[in-house]
Amino acid sequence: MWVYEKKLQYPVKVSTCNPQLAKFLVEQYGGADGELAAALRYLNQRYTIPDKVVGLLNDIGTEEFAHLEMIAAMVYKLTKDATPEQLKQAGLADHYVNHGEALFYSNAAEVPFTATYIQAKGDPIADLYEDIAAEEKARATYQWIIDMSDDVDLNDSLRFLREREIVHSLRFREAVEILKEERDRKKVF
Amino acid sequence: MPKTLPKEYYSMLEEIQAVDFAITELNLYLDTHPEDQEAFKQLTELSEEKQRLLKPFEQKFGSIRPDGIDDHWTWSKGPWPWQV
Amino acid sequence: MAKNQVYTKSYHPYHSLNDPCPDPGEKHYSTPPHLYMGFQPEKLPQFTPKEALQKGTLWPALYDPYEKNQKLKG
Repeated sequence: MWVYEKKLQYPVKVSTCNPQLAKFLVEQYGGADGELAAALRYLNQRYTIPDKVVGLLNDIGTEEFAHLEMIAAMVYKLTKDATPEQLKQAGLADHYVNHGEALFYSNAAEVPFTATYIQAKGDPIADLYEDIAAEEKARATYQWIIDMSDDVDLNDSLRFLREREIVHSLRFREAVEILKEERDRKKVF
Repeated sequence: MPKTLPKEYYSMLEEIQAVDFAITELNLYLDTHPEDQEAFKQLTELSEEKQRLLKPFEQKFGSIRPDGIDDHWTWSKGPWPWQV
Repeated sequence: MAKNQVYTKSYHPYHSLNDPCPDPGEKHYSTPPHLYMGFQPEKLPQFTPKEALQKGTLWPALYDPYEKNQKLKG
Protein backbone atom coordinates (compact mmCIF):
# COMPACT_ATOMS: atom_id res chain seq x y z
CA MET A 1 0.00 0.00 0.00
CA TRP A 2 0.97 3.61 -0.18
CA VAL A 3 0.35 6.58 2.09
CA TYR A 4 0.10 10.00 0.51
CA GLU A 5 1.93 13.00 1.92
CA LYS A 6 0.48 16.36 1.05
CA LYS A 7 3.66 17.87 -0.34
CA LEU A 8 5.79 17.67 -3.46
CA GLN A 9 9.20 16.01 -3.23
CA TYR A 10 10.80 19.24 -4.48
CA PRO A 11 9.20 22.68 -4.79
CA VAL A 12 7.81 23.37 -8.26
CA LYS A 13 7.84 26.98 -9.39
CA VAL A 14 7.10 28.28 -12.84
CA SER A 15 8.08 31.87 -13.61
CA THR A 16 6.76 32.39 -17.14
CA CYS A 17 3.27 32.01 -18.60
CA ASN A 18 4.39 29.76 -21.42
CA PRO A 19 1.97 26.86 -22.12
CA GLN A 20 4.31 25.59 -24.84
CA LEU A 21 6.58 24.29 -22.09
CA ALA A 22 3.65 22.14 -20.92
CA LYS A 23 3.60 20.51 -24.33
CA PHE A 24 7.27 19.54 -23.93
CA LEU A 25 6.85 18.43 -20.34
CA VAL A 26 4.11 15.87 -21.02
CA GLU A 27 6.86 13.78 -22.63
CA GLN A 28 7.92 13.01 -19.06
CA TYR A 29 4.30 12.53 -17.98
CA GLY A 30 3.03 9.93 -20.44
CA GLY A 31 5.99 9.37 -22.76
CA ALA A 32 8.04 6.19 -23.28
CA ASP A 33 10.77 7.23 -20.84
CA GLY A 34 8.52 9.30 -18.61
CA GLU A 35 7.80 9.03 -14.92
CA LEU A 36 4.60 6.99 -15.30
CA ALA A 37 6.39 4.39 -17.39
CA ALA A 38 9.23 4.33 -14.85
CA ALA A 39 6.95 3.83 -11.85
CA LEU A 40 4.94 1.08 -13.52
CA ARG A 41 8.07 -0.63 -14.90
CA TYR A 42 9.85 -0.97 -11.55
CA LEU A 43 6.81 -1.77 -9.44
CA ASN A 44 5.83 -4.51 -11.88
CA GLN A 45 9.32 -6.00 -12.05
CA ARG A 46 9.70 -6.22 -8.28
CA TYR A 47 7.53 -9.38 -8.09
CA THR A 48 9.93 -11.49 -10.12
CA ILE A 49 13.38 -10.25 -9.11
CA PRO A 50 15.62 -11.80 -6.42
CA ASP A 51 14.78 -10.69 -2.87
CA LYS A 52 18.08 -8.83 -2.50
CA VAL A 53 16.94 -6.07 -4.87
CA VAL A 54 13.15 -6.07 -4.41
CA GLY A 55 13.39 -3.23 -1.89
CA LEU A 56 15.29 -1.06 -4.35
CA LEU A 57 12.76 -1.54 -7.17
CA ASN A 58 9.95 -0.90 -4.71
CA ASP A 59 11.46 2.32 -3.40
CA ILE A 60 12.62 3.79 -6.72
CA GLY A 61 9.21 2.92 -8.21
CA THR A 62 7.58 4.79 -5.36
CA GLU A 63 9.82 7.84 -5.84
CA GLU A 64 8.85 7.92 -9.52
CA PHE A 65 5.27 8.67 -8.49
CA ALA A 66 6.55 11.72 -6.61
CA HIS A 67 8.28 12.80 -9.84
CA LEU A 68 5.10 12.18 -11.83
CA GLU A 69 3.32 14.51 -9.44
CA MET A 70 5.98 17.19 -9.92
CA ILE A 71 5.61 17.02 -13.70
CA ALA A 72 1.83 17.20 -13.33
CA ALA A 73 2.20 20.26 -11.09
CA MET A 74 4.33 21.94 -13.77
CA VAL A 75 1.88 21.16 -16.56
CA TYR A 76 -1.05 22.25 -14.41
CA LYS A 77 0.56 25.57 -13.49
CA LEU A 78 1.51 26.27 -17.11
CA THR A 79 -1.95 25.59 -18.53
CA LYS A 80 -4.55 26.37 -15.87
CA ASP A 81 -4.85 30.08 -16.66
CA ALA A 82 -4.18 29.89 -20.39
CA THR A 83 -6.95 30.84 -22.81
CA PRO A 84 -7.92 28.43 -25.62
CA GLU A 85 -6.20 30.87 -27.98
CA GLN A 86 -2.94 30.68 -26.02
CA LEU A 87 -3.17 26.89 -25.95
CA LYS A 88 -3.68 26.90 -29.70
CA GLN A 89 -0.56 29.02 -30.19
CA ALA A 90 1.35 26.64 -27.94
CA GLY A 91 0.49 23.74 -30.21
CA LEU A 92 -2.01 22.33 -27.71
CA ALA A 93 -5.16 22.73 -29.86
CA ASP A 94 -5.46 18.96 -30.47
CA HIS A 95 -5.08 18.33 -26.78
CA TYR A 96 -7.70 20.94 -25.91
CA VAL A 97 -10.24 19.54 -28.35
CA ASN A 98 -9.95 16.08 -26.81
CA HIS A 99 -9.29 16.85 -23.15
CA GLY A 100 -10.13 20.47 -22.41
CA GLU A 101 -7.95 21.61 -19.53
CA ALA A 102 -7.46 18.09 -18.22
CA LEU A 103 -4.04 16.50 -18.07
CA PHE A 104 -3.59 13.33 -20.07
CA TYR A 105 -1.00 10.58 -20.22
CA SER A 106 0.48 11.14 -23.64
CA ASN A 107 3.86 12.12 -25.00
CA ALA A 108 4.86 15.51 -26.41
CA ALA A 109 3.40 14.52 -29.79
CA GLU A 110 0.02 13.64 -28.22
CA VAL A 111 0.52 9.87 -28.62
CA PRO A 112 -1.35 8.23 -25.70
CA PHE A 113 0.58 6.25 -23.12
CA THR A 114 0.86 2.54 -23.86
CA ALA A 115 1.94 -0.45 -21.77
CA THR A 116 4.33 -1.38 -24.57
CA TYR A 117 6.68 1.31 -23.21
CA ILE A 118 7.39 -1.05 -20.33
CA GLN A 119 9.50 -4.16 -20.60
CA ALA A 120 9.23 -7.11 -18.25
CA LYS A 121 11.40 -10.05 -19.27
CA GLY A 122 11.48 -11.92 -15.98
CA ASP A 123 15.25 -12.19 -16.33
CA PRO A 124 16.82 -10.11 -13.54
CA ILE A 125 19.79 -8.90 -15.56
CA ALA A 126 17.71 -8.09 -18.64
CA ASP A 127 15.23 -6.19 -16.50
CA LEU A 128 17.88 -4.23 -14.58
CA TYR A 129 19.71 -3.28 -17.79
CA GLU A 130 16.36 -2.07 -19.12
CA ASP A 131 15.99 0.02 -15.95
CA ILE A 132 19.48 1.51 -16.28
CA ALA A 133 18.73 2.43 -19.90
CA ALA A 134 15.38 3.92 -18.87
CA GLU A 135 17.09 6.16 -16.31
CA GLU A 136 19.67 7.36 -18.84
CA LYS A 137 16.94 8.05 -21.41
CA ALA A 138 14.91 10.01 -18.88
CA ARG A 139 18.07 11.96 -17.95
CA ALA A 140 18.57 12.79 -21.64
CA THR A 141 14.93 13.88 -22.01
CA TYR A 142 15.33 16.28 -19.08
CA GLN A 143 18.45 17.71 -20.75
CA TRP A 144 16.56 18.34 -23.98
CA ILE A 145 13.63 19.96 -22.16
CA ILE A 146 16.05 22.21 -20.22
CA ASP A 147 17.67 23.13 -23.57
CA MET A 148 14.27 24.15 -24.93
CA SER A 149 13.15 26.08 -21.84
CA ASP A 150 14.09 29.61 -20.77
CA ASP A 151 12.10 29.37 -17.54
CA VAL A 152 14.70 29.63 -14.77
CA ASP A 153 12.50 28.29 -11.97
CA LEU A 154 11.16 25.43 -14.07
CA ASN A 155 14.68 24.47 -15.12
CA ASP A 156 15.69 24.40 -11.46
CA SER A 157 13.07 21.70 -10.78
CA LEU A 158 14.02 19.86 -13.99
CA ARG A 159 17.68 19.80 -12.91
CA PHE A 160 16.59 18.19 -9.66
CA LEU A 161 14.71 15.51 -11.61
CA ARG A 162 17.68 14.97 -13.94
CA GLU A 163 19.98 14.44 -10.96
CA ARG A 164 17.56 11.86 -9.55
CA GLU A 165 17.93 9.82 -12.76
CA ILE A 166 21.70 9.73 -12.13
CA VAL A 167 21.27 8.44 -8.58
CA HIS A 168 18.67 5.85 -9.66
CA SER A 169 20.93 4.66 -12.47
CA LEU A 170 23.78 4.15 -9.99
CA ARG A 171 21.51 2.16 -7.66
CA PHE A 172 20.38 -0.11 -10.50
CA ARG A 173 24.03 -0.62 -11.49
CA GLU A 174 24.75 -1.58 -7.88
CA ALA A 175 21.80 -3.98 -8.01
CA VAL A 176 23.45 -5.73 -10.97
CA GLU A 177 26.68 -6.05 -8.94
CA ILE A 178 24.70 -7.49 -6.03
CA LEU A 179 23.09 -10.11 -8.31
CA LYS A 180 26.48 -10.98 -9.82
CA GLU A 181 27.53 -11.65 -6.21
CA GLU A 182 30.73 -9.76 -6.91
CA ARG A 183 30.28 -7.55 -3.90
CA ASP A 184 30.25 -10.37 -1.35
CA ARG A 185 33.19 -12.05 -3.00
CA LYS A 186 35.34 -8.93 -2.69
CA LYS A 187 34.75 -8.97 1.04
CA VAL A 188 35.85 -12.58 1.44
CA PHE A 189 39.21 -12.13 -0.20
CA MET B 1 -11.19 30.07 -2.37
CA PRO B 2 -8.65 29.61 0.42
CA LYS B 3 -6.51 32.55 1.40
CA THR B 4 -3.07 32.84 -0.14
CA LEU B 5 -0.54 31.01 1.99
CA PRO B 6 2.09 33.06 3.85
CA LYS B 7 5.80 32.87 2.97
CA GLU B 8 6.29 30.93 6.18
CA TYR B 9 4.39 28.00 4.66
CA TYR B 10 7.00 27.62 1.94
CA SER B 11 10.02 27.99 4.21
CA MET B 12 8.69 25.55 6.82
CA LEU B 13 7.65 23.09 4.12
CA GLU B 14 11.05 23.29 2.48
CA GLU B 15 12.72 22.30 5.74
CA ILE B 16 10.52 19.21 5.84
CA GLN B 17 11.21 18.52 2.16
CA ALA B 18 14.96 18.76 2.80
CA VAL B 19 14.94 16.28 5.68
CA ASP B 20 12.56 14.01 3.80
CA PHE B 21 14.80 14.08 0.75
CA ALA B 22 17.85 13.06 2.79
CA ILE B 23 15.71 10.20 4.15
CA THR B 24 14.83 9.12 0.58
CA GLU B 25 18.48 9.22 -0.47
CA LEU B 26 19.60 7.15 2.52
CA ASN B 27 16.68 4.78 1.97
CA LEU B 28 17.80 3.99 -1.59
CA TYR B 29 21.44 3.84 -0.48
CA LEU B 30 20.63 1.36 2.28
CA ASP B 31 18.71 -0.79 -0.21
CA THR B 32 22.08 -1.57 -1.82
CA HIS B 33 24.25 -1.04 1.33
CA PRO B 34 22.21 -2.81 4.03
CA GLU B 35 25.29 -3.33 6.21
CA ASP B 36 26.16 0.38 6.57
CA GLN B 37 25.25 0.96 10.24
CA GLU B 38 26.29 4.61 10.18
CA ALA B 39 23.90 5.39 7.33
CA PHE B 40 21.14 3.51 9.13
CA LYS B 41 21.73 5.53 12.29
CA GLN B 42 21.60 8.73 10.27
CA LEU B 43 18.31 7.65 8.70
CA THR B 44 16.82 7.04 12.15
CA GLU B 45 17.96 10.46 13.37
CA LEU B 46 16.52 12.18 10.31
CA SER B 47 13.19 10.39 10.77
CA GLU B 48 13.01 11.79 14.30
CA GLU B 49 13.97 15.21 12.96
CA LYS B 50 11.13 14.98 10.45
CA GLN B 51 8.61 14.24 13.20
CA ARG B 52 9.89 17.27 15.12
CA LEU B 53 9.48 19.52 12.08
CA LEU B 54 6.04 18.17 11.19
CA LYS B 55 4.45 19.18 14.48
CA PRO B 56 4.56 23.00 14.20
CA PHE B 57 3.87 22.85 10.46
CA GLU B 58 0.78 20.70 10.82
CA GLN B 59 -0.48 22.85 13.69
CA LYS B 60 -0.29 25.90 11.44
CA PHE B 61 -1.25 24.52 8.04
CA GLY B 62 -3.05 21.24 8.62
CA SER B 63 -2.07 17.59 8.33
CA ILE B 64 0.44 16.39 5.76
CA ARG B 65 -0.68 12.79 6.24
CA PRO B 66 -4.25 11.50 6.50
CA ASP B 67 -3.37 10.04 9.93
CA GLY B 68 -1.83 13.32 11.11
CA ILE B 69 -2.66 14.34 14.66
CA ASP B 70 -4.85 17.42 14.67
CA ASP B 71 -7.73 18.76 16.73
CA HIS B 72 -10.02 18.86 13.72
CA TRP B 73 -10.17 17.43 10.19
CA THR B 74 -7.77 19.40 8.01
CA TRP B 75 -6.49 16.68 5.68
CA SER B 76 -8.93 17.06 2.82
CA LYS B 77 -8.84 20.85 2.85
CA GLY B 78 -6.75 22.55 0.21
CA PRO B 79 -4.69 23.95 -1.11
CA TRP B 80 -3.04 20.89 -2.60
CA PRO B 81 0.66 20.53 -3.43
CA TRP B 82 0.24 21.26 -7.12
CA GLN B 83 -1.77 24.41 -6.35
CA VAL B 84 0.64 26.20 -4.03
CA MET C 1 33.09 27.30 -22.90
CA ALA C 2 32.46 26.80 -19.19
CA LYS C 3 31.35 23.22 -19.57
CA ASN C 4 32.13 20.85 -16.74
CA GLN C 5 35.41 19.35 -17.90
CA VAL C 6 35.07 16.02 -16.18
CA TYR C 7 31.49 14.99 -16.83
CA THR C 8 30.98 16.54 -20.25
CA LYS C 9 32.81 15.17 -23.27
CA SER C 10 32.98 16.67 -26.72
CA TYR C 11 33.63 15.78 -30.33
CA HIS C 12 33.64 17.66 -33.59
CA PRO C 13 31.54 16.05 -36.33
CA TYR C 14 32.77 16.26 -39.90
CA HIS C 15 31.52 19.41 -41.60
CA SER C 16 31.14 19.32 -45.37
CA LEU C 17 31.36 22.22 -47.81
CA ASN C 18 27.86 21.14 -48.83
CA ASP C 19 26.32 21.36 -45.37
CA PRO C 20 23.60 24.03 -45.39
CA CYS C 21 24.08 25.34 -41.85
CA PRO C 22 27.22 26.93 -40.43
CA ASP C 23 29.56 24.62 -38.50
CA PRO C 24 28.40 24.81 -34.87
CA GLY C 25 31.77 23.49 -33.71
CA GLU C 26 31.99 21.01 -30.90
CA LYS C 27 29.12 18.80 -29.83
CA HIS C 28 28.83 17.86 -26.17
CA TYR C 29 27.45 14.90 -24.30
CA SER C 30 27.14 14.00 -20.64
CA THR C 31 29.10 11.30 -18.88
CA PRO C 32 27.79 11.85 -15.32
CA PRO C 33 29.74 10.81 -12.21
CA HIS C 34 27.80 7.60 -11.52
CA LEU C 35 29.38 6.07 -14.63
CA TYR C 36 32.77 6.16 -12.89
CA MET C 37 31.73 5.11 -9.41
CA GLY C 38 31.03 1.41 -9.71
CA PHE C 39 29.64 0.59 -6.28
CA GLN C 40 29.24 3.65 -4.07
CA PRO C 41 31.82 3.54 -1.25
CA GLU C 42 30.66 3.98 2.34
CA LYS C 43 31.10 7.22 4.28
CA LEU C 44 31.30 9.58 1.32
CA PRO C 45 31.10 13.27 2.30
CA GLN C 46 27.54 14.59 2.28
CA PHE C 47 25.70 17.81 1.56
CA THR C 48 23.52 19.21 4.33
CA PRO C 49 19.86 18.17 3.83
CA LYS C 50 19.06 21.66 2.51
CA GLU C 51 21.89 21.62 -0.02
CA ALA C 52 21.07 18.03 -0.93
CA LEU C 53 17.48 18.96 -1.81
CA GLN C 54 18.66 21.84 -3.92
CA LYS C 55 21.22 19.68 -5.76
CA GLY C 56 19.10 16.55 -6.11
CA THR C 57 21.54 14.24 -4.32
CA LEU C 58 22.96 13.81 -0.84
CA TRP C 59 26.48 13.19 -2.12
CA PRO C 60 28.71 15.80 -3.82
CA ALA C 61 30.47 12.92 -5.60
CA LEU C 62 27.24 12.25 -7.54
CA TYR C 63 26.35 15.84 -8.30
CA ASP C 64 26.39 16.79 -11.96
CA PRO C 65 25.01 20.25 -12.73
CA TYR C 66 23.64 20.36 -16.27
CA GLU C 67 24.29 23.41 -18.37
CA LYS C 68 21.97 24.39 -21.16
CA ASN C 69 23.19 23.53 -24.59
CA GLN C 70 24.38 26.94 -25.78
CA LYS C 71 24.01 26.30 -29.50
CA LEU C 72 20.24 25.98 -29.11
CA LYS C 73 19.93 29.47 -27.68
CA GLY C 74 20.46 30.99 -31.11
